[in-house]
Amino acid sequence: MSEGFVSRAFRGRRRNPELEGRLPPGQYATPDFPVLSAGPTPRTPLDRWDFSLMGEVDGARRWSWQEFGALPSETVTRDIHCVTKWSKFDTTWRGVSVDTLLAGVETAADHVVAFCDGGYTTNLPLEDVTDGKAWIAYEYEGEALAPEHGGPARLLVPHLYFWKSAKWVRGLELVSEDRPGFWETLGYHNYGDPFQEQRYQGD
Amino acid sequence: MTKDDADRRLDGNAAGGLLAEVFRVEMTTVETACAGCGARAPVGELLRYGHEMGAILRCATCDTAVIRVARTRDRHWLDLRGARVLRLDGTPL
Repeated sequence: MSEGFVSRAFRGRRRNPELEGRLPPGQYATPDFPVLSAGPTPRTPLDRWDFSLMGEVDGARRWSWQEFGALPSETVTRDIHCVTKWSKFDTTWRGVSVDTLLAGVETAADHVVAFCDGGYTTNLPLEDVTDGKAWIAYEYEGEALAPEHGGPARLLVPHLYFWKSAKWVRGLELVSEDRPGFWETLGYHNYGDPFQEQRYQGD
Repeated sequence: MTKDDADRRLDGNAAGGLLAEVFRVEMTTVETACAGCGARAPVGELLRYGHEMGAILRCATCDTAVIRVARTRDRHWLDLRGARVLRLDGTPL
């Protein structure tokens, strides 16, 4: 595209070429980490926290906080995208890959429902939480995950809008029939791909 | 409930405009009965969370989501599972 005689000053904010292609349509980048909660912040003591796999599995599994912390962990750096239009680049998390939790699990399920303290739920295709795409994160930027951001642990599924990355997660239920969750039953998109701008039902 | 929560949430009066888009009547004075614990309260005294994605109006006694309402482009979505009953006073419009 010819820039003609239009000076740099008239072209608005300078774009960072490294970030081209990383910002989904309709989003803006922010250095902040806004807090959006659908209810009060739960404060489950760690000695009463556990994480469960249940539903259509060959046997339910449960980890205490101590057992969960002993599982192999991964540190990942990803961009995150909230449906309220902010995106945040290069956020670093530590947690347990969902692949690790599902290792050896026999299931015919196609979907999962993440369930949380406070009653929040969100639904995802099983294939969107496997093969290195999702984690149960308990550290953010090297610190224990703060309660307002979902601590002690939240689901992290960075390739979908961030309401899918359920805060205060306590387990995954594997289901063969999809079961829309808290926001998915209130008009939000069932899948939520930010690069397809799937914000609402019908998008 | 923590101080942080109190800083972030609003009371149900903050959802009056969004609810009026659905009901076309003044909603903040409508009395609700919580399906969780039975507590009665006007909409304006429920606790509002979820500000930008929609209004989640919770019972101040037991945290049940009494009313959930969201606007998505040209639609409204309303979930009243948490409300045992709504009492609308006065002459119908």
